[in-house]
Amino acid sequence: MEQMYNFAFFDEASKREIRRAIIKGIAIPGYQVPFASREMPIGRGWGTGGLQVTLAIIGADDVLKVIDQGCDESVNAVNIKKLVAATTDVEVTEETGEATIIQSRHRIPEQPLTEDQILVLQVPTPEPLRDFEPSEAKTRVLHAEADYTGAWLGLFDQIVKFGATTTGADHPCLVNERYVMAPSPIPRFDTLKLNDADNLTILGAGREKKIYAVPPHTHVEPLDFEDYPFRVESFEGRACRLCGATDVYLDEFVDEVTGSTVYQCNDTAWCAKRRAEKGGE
Amino acid sequence: MGYVAVRGGGLAIEESLKLLEYQRAHSGVTLEPDAIRRAFPDAIDQVMGESSLYAPDLAALALKQARGSIEEAVFLLRAFRSTLERPYVSRAVDTSEMRVDRRISAAFKDIPGGQVLGATRDYSHRLIDFDLAHETPEDQRECAAELERHFGIEEGALDEALLAADTPTEGSASEGRYPKVLDYLRSEGILPICDNDDAEPVDVTMGALEFPCARSARLQTLSRGMTQAVEAFGYAAIRGYGPSHPTVGELRHGMAEVCVDVPGEERCDAEDAYYLGSIPLTEVESVFEVETEEAGVTTLSFEIGYGLVMGGAETKAIAMSVLDHCLDLGDARYPTQDEEFVLYHVDGVEAQGFISHLKLPHYVTFQSKLDTVRTARSHESDAEGSGAAPSDAEAADVEAHAAESDGGASPDEASAAVDATVDEKER
Repeated sequence: MEQMYNFAFFDEASKREIRRAIIKGIAIPGYQVPFASREMPIGRGWGTGGLQVTLAIIGADDVLKVIDQGCDESVNAVNIKKLVAATTDVEVTEETGEATIIQSRHRIPEQPLTEDQILVLQVPTPEPLRDFEPSEAKTRVLHAEADYTGAWLGLFDQIVKFGATTTGADHPCLVNERYVMAPSPIPRFDTLKLNDADNLTILGAGREKKIYAVPPHTHVEPLDFEDYPFRVESFEGRACRLCGATDVYLDEFVDEVTGSTVYQCNDTAWCAKRRAEKGGE
Repeated sequence: MGYVAVRGGGLAIEESLKLLEYQRAHSGVTLEPDAIRRAFPDAIDQVMGESSLYAPDLAALALKQARGSIEEAVFLLRAFRSTLERPYVSRAVDTSEMRVDRRISAAFKDIPGGQVLGATRDYSHRLIDFDLAHETPEDQRECAAELERHFGIEEGALDEALLAADTPTEGSASEGRYPKVLDYLRSEGILPICDNDDAEPVDVTMGALEFPCARSARLQTLSRGMTQAVEAFGYAAIRGYGPSHPTVGELRHGMAEVCVDVPGEERCDAEDAYYLGSIPLTEVESVFEVETEEAGVTTLSFEIGYGLVMGGAETKAIAMSVLDHCLDLGDARYPTQDEEFVLYHVDGVEAQGFISHLKLPHYVTFQSKLDTVRTARSHESDAEGSGAAPSDAEAADVEAHAAESDGGASPDEASAAVDATVDEKER
């Protein structure tokens, strides 16, 4: 039986409801808006939050780019792109500059985004206080009262134990000087890109049924202490073996022939663009 | 280093899907969805129940596509469900009007209307029936015919009643209708009489769960929960994690009518309502003995737990009634009485999705973790190298004390030594 789906998979009422949550999220930067997360043809935890945001905002004229872990060709990115393209017929691209909507998991592209672009981030765990307080009812109260002791204590505890904060990706940020937000598991390297960005960022958590947003030119500040300032991942003295880039997030590989450790741009579109430009010179 | 760095993920997916399809087609057997529906009605019930979508044909098709995986079939049906518009909301289904084919009470031997054992495996021996291995269609027909003669059923009539059951048959108005056991207990004054709560029920598929949770949201979440998860939590509750041992007041299974109001009318007369069809339900009302305080005196009374599931998932329905009662109690010491713990984690599609997402590449995050671990370790080795470790403000402290008692370095100098290690850390 062949099933004909509406434009962008959902019925219009569902899309409208999601857009309402998005608008509320934009109006209250960093605030997690609960929404009626729909069940999707891809797995919960596989980007259904981002996908629902994308499907709700996409129009026939949009150009879509989907990346997973910095890569357009990653299996899950391809899968999501295929689903959106199949239900909307929109143009897809790998070039960051050409896209109007960029759905991403765990990365913000190296190329700075513009005011004409929307970044949609997939979020597994939207609650920055979840480690501290397992109850959703209680964390909602903590947010309402701007009681972020738990987030600070978490960082303090790490410093006491390890001499530094050990957050890895998903370092908590204070948004618009009000809400502490989980920026999704983007590396700390990308966290600073959220601050005063030209573009709108929408974060969607499908399984946890939350949408939140960072509007353009919003103050986003990673939580840190004066004497233990926020530190991004260090790639000092390393460069991409393909394009030579040094100021980017790098993937670490073991060269199977020589056994030595080599590095390569994580953002494959950025790397390809740099190499194309070099080749053209 | 895996399939992300290498370009060609799209191609890999296509090939993987082809391989999957090959595995399905390669079996050499194809089953009509109708055959699946007839041969595996319990699987169909489970898929529909966990999908909260009554669609036997689609459930059968989903099971076929999913190669028999209930989890996957539920996933397919749920995703389909979320594309459906919802033009009508049914009138409240009255289970006392259900056409019952099985109803039992563990509380009373003699219940008004009598116990109806119906078809159940409860008292069967779970021995593999090796005869079924060689059953031919003819054997099956003969078996059915013989049993029809035994029960005095017209040929094929039961089949029709069970499978179609979508038109109320003339003259069956009172047939299969039984009074509720708990109404009897209420009339005896043993159970408190509770008013009908006709508030618009919450629909958890149309909004995020909010806590504390409305009871309707709780019941819906449990009813569409993963069968085994509901049973596992229910089991934990009666075994010791949230002491709650029920007596099944009544368990009934049968067909319940679903009607909608006349479109355009707010609430029409029951007589005028449109009959859409009947769906199979299992309903459980469990009775729990509880201690209550009345005017400062501790006394015993009864409370109720409610379970209602699609199809014949009896164990799930009982477990649901247990959890319903547990969540009423809400004692945070027990996980089975913690509504966030229970309601967030019984959903099969969410559990499957989040656990299986661990198979996705995570190497940006892992690279970040690697950086963190390396940094932390280098702090440690720096510290070891320099003797006075930072982890070891205490060690420095000890030294300071030692210095003091020696009458050597003053405490000030000792704290300077601690400062030095901190500086070193920052480097």
